[in-house]
Amino acid sequence: MRRILIKTLLIFLLLNLLLAAGNPLPALGRLSLYNHLFPGRPRFPFGENPQQAYNFSLYSLEAMFASHELSGLDKAADEYRLLLLGDSSVWGTLLRPEETLAGQINALRLKTCDGRQVRAYNLGYPTLSVTKDLLILDEARRYQPDAVWWLVTLEALPVEKQLASPLAANNPSRLEALAQATGVVDGADPAIIRPDFLGRTLIGLRRPLADLLRLQLYGAMWSATGIDQFYPAEYPAAALDLEADESFHGRLPPSLDENSLALDVLDAGAAMLEGVPLTVINEPILISSGQNSNLRYNFFYPRWAYDQYRQLLSARAGSGQWTLVDRWDLLPPAEFTNSAIHLTPAGSALLAHSLAGLLTCNK
Amino acid sequence: MQLSDLLIAFGLGLLWLALTARLQRTAFFPTRFTSLRTWVLFILSGLAVYWLQPAMPIRSLDFWLPTATLSLAALGWALTAAPQERSLRKVLPAGLALLGLILLVGLTRHLGPAGWLTASRPPQTLPVVLALLALAGGGLILLRWPRKALLWAGIFLLIGLLIVLKLPALTALAASGLRALAGQAVGSAAATDLRWLGFSYIAFRLIHTLRDRQSGRAPAASLPEYMAYVVFFPALTAGPIDRLDRFLKDLRTAPHAPAADLQAALPRLALGLLKKFVLADLLALIALSPANAGLIRTPGWMWLALTAFSLQIYLDFSGYTDLAIGIGRLFGIHLPENFNQPYLKPNLTQFWNNWHMTLTQWFRAYFFNPFTRSLRQAKRSLPAWGMILITQLATFILIGLWHGISWNFLIWGLWHGLGLFVQNRWTEWIRPRLGTAQKHRPIRWSLTGISTLFTFAYVSLGWVWFALPVEKAILVFGKLF
Repeated sequence: MRRILIKTLLIFLLLNLLLAAGNPLPALGRLSLYNHLFPGRPRFPFGENPQQAYNFSLYSLEAMFASHELSGLDKAADEYRLLLLGDSSVWGTLLRPEETLAGQINALRLKTCDGRQVRAYNLGYPTLSVTKDLLILDEARRYQPDAVWWLVTLEALPVEKQLASPLAANNPSRLEALAQATGVVDGADPAIIRPDFLGRTLIGLRRPLADLLRLQLYGAMWSATGIDQFYPAEYPAAALDLEADESFHGRLPPSLDENSLALDVLDAGAAMLEGVPLTVINEPILISSGQNSNLRYNFFYPRWAYDQYRQLLSARAGSGQWTLVDRWDLLPPAEFTNSAIHLTPAGSALLAHSLAGLLTCNK
Repeated sequence: MQLSDLLIAFGLGLLWLALTARLQRTAFFPTRFTSLRTWVLFILSGLAVYWLQPAMPIRSLDFWLPTATLSLAALGWALTAAPQERSLRKVLPAGLALLGLILLVGLTRHLGPAGWLTASRPPQTLPVVLALLALAGGGLILLRWPRKALLWAGIFLLIGLLIVLKLPALTALAASGLRALAGQAVGSAAATDLRWLGFSYIAFRLIHTLRDRQSGRAPAASLPEYMAYVVFFPALTAGPIDRLDRFLKDLRTAPHAPAADLQAALPRLALGLLKKFVLADLLALIALSPANAGLIRTPGWMWLALTAFSLQIYLDFSGYTDLAIGIGRLFGIHLPENFNQPYLKPNLTQFWNNWHMTLTQWFRAYFFNPFTRSLRQAKRSLPAWGMILITQLATFILIGLWHGISWNFLIWGLWHGLGLFVQNRWTEWIRPRLGTAQKHRPIRWSLTGISTLFTFAYVSLGWVWFALPVEKAILVFGKLF
């Protein structure tokens, strides 16, 4: 008995040292039953209510991509591969996969001028940070995109918010690589979560390892039910009556400092794509006509800040390697659900129609 | 039991083993040691009743229900105690210890606004003292004037409480009454307000001792021994349902080698942890449930979810039993086995001889056998098949209703009662027809394999009734076939 205990302890210690020395999570994350035993997910795993959504949030980009339908499909010769980046409005909060922007574009069965079939992939992820989008784009490059649409909004751009996305903050090695390659990320930012020695052992890794396993198990229920999000019967609608507050993340009128926005991340994304066309789309926002709407457009944005952001974005597009499409005022308030950026299925369809011309000959 | 509770129990077990090893070399061992262990288990289990009771929306109920558990156990002892155990000199130390323990837990209300041992702050001291006086008075009356009729009263009281707790309408009614007593809004009373930790098991242990006293088979047990048996903390929440005579045998035997107990306990605990907290919890993600029953789209996935449920319920329950047995072993108590590879049995009879064994043994001893005897002795005797049908159906309907008085548990009981009857008739019919064929090993193995698969499928389909309300269960059957 004593010898068994000692041997067990030694093996356990050795295993922990090996785990701490090498980082097995990326390799393990790529092992997936999705696209093999289960169909790939049409959008990334994300959810705060796993038991009802059969979906949950994890930090392994490798596992997220491995579970996505994108990684299970060989690109056909006549496929025009369009990747959509962005926040929860692209991912599709309260929308079924076919109702999201990617789903709506695919439903239009668009053909490019050279006859290729447009196939859009939803790579949105529900946190507001363009750095988080850049991380996803960095990984998505492997999947041979023909074009990338990056849907942005001002709330995703304040520099201090970039690492508030847990997905970004919990991928330190990827952020450090991005920092070296692009210079737009501060690799030494204290907000980056770096596991210590214990955090790299089996004890520290128990949560990420369990997440990888849970992701596979939820694959069974996702396949069985087709559900990847909890759809409440009722939800609070986006606010129309607003506070008489003109501040935006501590910034006050009259001018919005360009340096306080991470617009350089968009440039870095375009450079990273090495010639693949990048279109930055300023996504629709709710324009309220309620109380204090003379000061604010919606819960997120005071008018002065948002107007200046649009000007800055436009100016940056002129000097950058990406093109800008501004659809900020495309939709009436009725097409927003529980937030100033979350769309109804009809709103999402309208957006898809308004953007379809970017892909076809009928501009 | 949460993982943290298990860790505490494991730590206490290790401490106890260390103490045992030390005392083994002293004159204290073995006579006074067994007495010390009885007292330790009595006090620890008494405290665990409060510690493990979950919080409830009715004020102070997480104090009163454990107090009721200990009171019922004490009164059960007063009803069943052998004459030589009834002298005041023998009762007084344990009786005072029990009252002191309850009072002490009650007094923790003065340590702060949160509960220390209980889920919330205990009630004011005066009602606690009055309840203790009532308990002491009731106990003394039962000790001084024991009446056989009171044994029946005790049994009916326990069955009545079980019915109230298992029938949602009555539970909600009781919750309304308790809310009114606590000065809370009656309108929001619900059946879920009343979750009496381990009562189903405690009631069965108590009924076992009351029935055995009636039949003169009950062993003599002191108050601490009896209390330790009824509320033995490793088996408090989900069994197994031990027998008093067997438990006492362990309790009165000093351990020969604490190291051997540790050696036996550790693999059992490891297995239990793996089964319950890893495998069962993972399977729960994909197992059939009321939430996903209506959402699963194809028969294949439905069968998968159902199989996952079958495995999950087994791994969860048998894992819990492994943990209970492992913790019990640290204290030198060999709790009975509850599962013996039930899904690998080739027929329903063997399945039930190996699934939740202590419950089925209890029902066999206190319902099935007496009921069968009474039918046999009836003036107009039934044919054998009729007797089998009635006894099997009645037993399994009761087992079903023990889990909850609702249509789905009733149908689950019927499902198994009928299944056992059909299996009995089928075996009677097929055995002579198989003749010498079953002597050939390949044929025997094939038959066993097919029977095992068929039994597993039948039991799994039965779980649909167990896991879901009737309307959803019907929906699932529609999707499965």
